Amino acid sequence: MLYFTRWKATAIVLTALIVCLFAVPNFLPEKMVQSWPKWAQRHVVLGLDLQGGSHILLEVDSAAVRKEKLEALRDDVRRVLRDARVGYTGLVVRGNSVEVRIREGTNFDQAVDKLRELSQPLGGILNTTGQRSLDVRTEPGNLVRLTVTEPALVERIRQSVEQSIQIIERRVNELGTVEPLIQRQGVDRILVQVPGLQDPTRLKELLGKTAKLDFRMVDVSIPAEQALQGRVPPDSEILYSSTQPRTPYLVEKRILVSGGDLTDAQPGFDQRTSEPVVNFRFNTSGARKFAQVTQENVGKPFAIILDNQVISAPVIREPILGGSGQISGSFTVESANDLAILLRAGALPAPLTIIEERTVGPGLGQDSIAKGKLSSYVGAAMVIIFMLVTYGLFGLFANVAVAINVAMIFGILSLLNATLTLPGIAGIVLTVGIAVDSNVLIYERIREEVRSGRTPINAIDAGFTRALATILDSNITTFIAAAVLFYIGTGPVRGFAVTLGIGIITTVFTAFTLTRLIVAYWVRWRRPQRVPI
Amino acid sequence: MRLLRIVPDDTKFDFMRFRRISFPLSALLSILAISLYFFHGLNFGIDFKGGTLIEVQSKAGDADLAKMRTALGALGLGEVQLQQFGAPNDVLIRIAEQPGGETAQQEAVRKVRGALGDSVEYRRVEVVGPRVSGELLSYGVVGLMLAIVGILIYLWFRFEWQFALGAMIANVHDIVLTIGFMSITQIDFDLTSIAALLTILGYSLNDTVVIYDRIREMLRRYRKMPMPDLLNASVNQTLSRSVITHVTVSLALLALLLFGGQAIHSFTATMMFGVVLVGTYTSVFIASPILIYLGVGTGRDSLSAPDRDK
Repeated sequence: MLYFTRWKATAIVLTALIVCLFAVPNFLPEKMVQSWPKWAQRHVVLGLDLQGGSHILLEVDSAAVRKEKLEALRDDVRRVLRDARVGYTGLVVRGNSVEVRIREGTNFDQAVDKLRELSQPLGGILNTTGQRSLDVRTEPGNLVRLTVTEPALVERIRQSVEQSIQIIERRVNELGTVEPLIQRQGVDRILVQVPGLQDPTRLKELLGKTAKLDFRMVDVSIPAEQALQGRVPPDSEILYSSTQPRTPYLVEKRILVSGGDLTDAQPGFDQRTSEPVVNFRFNTSGARKFAQVTQENVGKPFAIILDNQVISAPVIREPILGGSGQISGSFTVESANDLAILLRAGALPAPLTIIEERTVGPGLGQDSIAKGKLSSYVGAAMVIIFMLVTYGLFGLFANVAVAINVAMIFGILSLLNATLTLPGIAGIVLTVGIAVDSNVLIYERIREEVRSGRTPINAIDAGFTRALATILDSNITTFIAAAVLFYIGTGPVRGFAVTLGIGIITTVFTAFTLTRLIVAYWVRWRRPQRVPI
Repeated sequence: MRLLRIVPDDTKFDFMRFRRISFPLSALLSILAISLYFFHGLNFGIDFKGGTLIEVQSKAGDADLAKMRTALGALGLGEVQLQQFGAPNDVLIRIAEQPGGETAQQEAVRKVRGALGDSVEYRRVEVVGPRVSGELLSYGVVGLMLAIVGILIYLWFRFEWQFALGAMIANVHDIVLTIGFMSITQIDFDLTSIAALLTILGYSLNDTVVIYDRIREMLRRYRKMPMPDLLNASVNQTLSRSVITHVTVSLALLALLLFGGQAIHSFTATMMFGVVLVGTYTSVFIASPILIYLGVGTGRDSLSAPDRDK
């Protein structure tokens, strides 16, 4: 146990040294590290609880996605039947299905065949799953039921999340924050982490808006007030203004031009009133459509609608042919800027809801770092002193081993670009406890072996052999607990699991190699007649 | 230099005799803890209950709790708890989960920000919606179970099944008592508490495994020693290690408890209770003597004569 070949000893020391060196960038000023090669720049990232920032978990509104998908399917069915000149009655959305009754006297089978064509294989060209997007069934009474299959729905939600992530990235990047993290979580969730925000209100507003922009005509056939009391024309609907008091508008359902046709949007000021406005520019097809509509409707009002709220309803004074325009409507400088950001980033495919938020202000973060440091230093100092009084020279060996152990934890954390949280610091402090324990196990075993009458070198050798088996057993059990924590935990708890898990690995490494190496060299050098513990 | 010896060499405490006290005592305490859980309950934090937690620090002098209470009470947010948190100008505001789903929670935060305005610094805002809180709780419970099962399987492979069972009983005992502690102290029970419970589990097992390791070794070496004597010897031999390790862990925990700040206070307090008080007691007075009842070592020669085949 105490004999090391030269190359083995070198390998051990080199491994420890290299791992420790990875921790170095954490302790140097950022400017110095920036000139280094990329691989050497890796460092520990402070968690949101330490540097301040917002953790926001968003969920795609699956009900909205489902509804949209079903309505699209209903429109498809209508189109298919109309193209095939098949008469039908009662085309409705019911539950997860669209139902339609084919009129008597038409070719029922042919109609069903046409409808079956709407169902597509899932899973791309390879279609390994054999699943299809629709389940088409016929029932007595010429009823056809088209059910959207669960995999198709999940696929659609997945796509929505994918698109949403891209759009959110664009929105968050406009805030000019450092290193925002945006990632998918589970099937229908998106995690947004933005460090260093004083007030997340604006971020949440940017995340929570769908930003679906439509240009539609105002229905002037009857006044809105009258429509509210009586019948709303079938092709129109009532929408309210975004500003207080909320004025009702009767607008046509038909969308003239949508936000998807925008190429640019910038905040600006109206030349006459000097109010904040948003200037926008259409792409070619949008510009063409907009020009045509405005030419045909001079003198009539149209509505600019954002997320089903009317921002403004100006009257078309002259045809707008240049493909650019202006949205005005009691903006502040900031809200005009935000709207421009939202329009440039594009609309979300489905609404997102904030289901979890954790924000830590920068003040609390700094306090936590200070407290984490203080408690670590005090804890380390107490442990070091205790080990020295208990084991003397071997206590010093243990302290050296534990110090290298902690340095290695930082090295590995840096290598992984891991996040250090306050519970993570607690994990490191506890690792110190475990690391010390491994030394205690070894030393106590050596004491026992000495007592049972072995020679010093024999006792040390046997002590290591027997204690290491125990160390391995006890650390593996703790490691299992850490692994489970990592698996189930989020945020800070995960940080704890990471440092604890890494700590256990480095502890086992140091106990098996470094501590042994130090003691072995000491034995070779001193040839002790007595074990000083 | 004379070195400190906390535990003298060759102690011969008769730990196994205490099983007549420790088993009924533990049974009693466990029942007490379980009834505390059911009748006194745990102080579930927002992680598991949903709701909003806001930590504010008043910018000018000490916080006026009464004034803040009236300001927030007028918002109609249902139950609003205010609590001094560490420093006198630090206040923790807890708002129960709002009816009306996910967006209603965000609305509550907006109202509080409106009511308190710029007179305070918002140090921390945590909002957990109803859906997430339910998931977090089930994740926590499942995680705890998974950890126990995982560790059991490992112990089963490394030792005999009796050891695994003994360790599991000790484990459940630790967790039950710690939950009783959390119920008495009404410490916030949140995700960090689950982390604390899992760490206690790991530590207590660590201790148990060290003693079990020794018992296994003794079983191989002394084929004829009566079980109580063998267990006593094993615990005594590892006693010095147990004490020294627990002193060092307590020192590290004490530092965290005293200087780690409010944010990890409940975590370290729970750990202190679980690791130092329960974990140590369990491995010596429960996990080891229970092996007698589980029939470890009964397959050996059951002679009570002193051992000679050393």
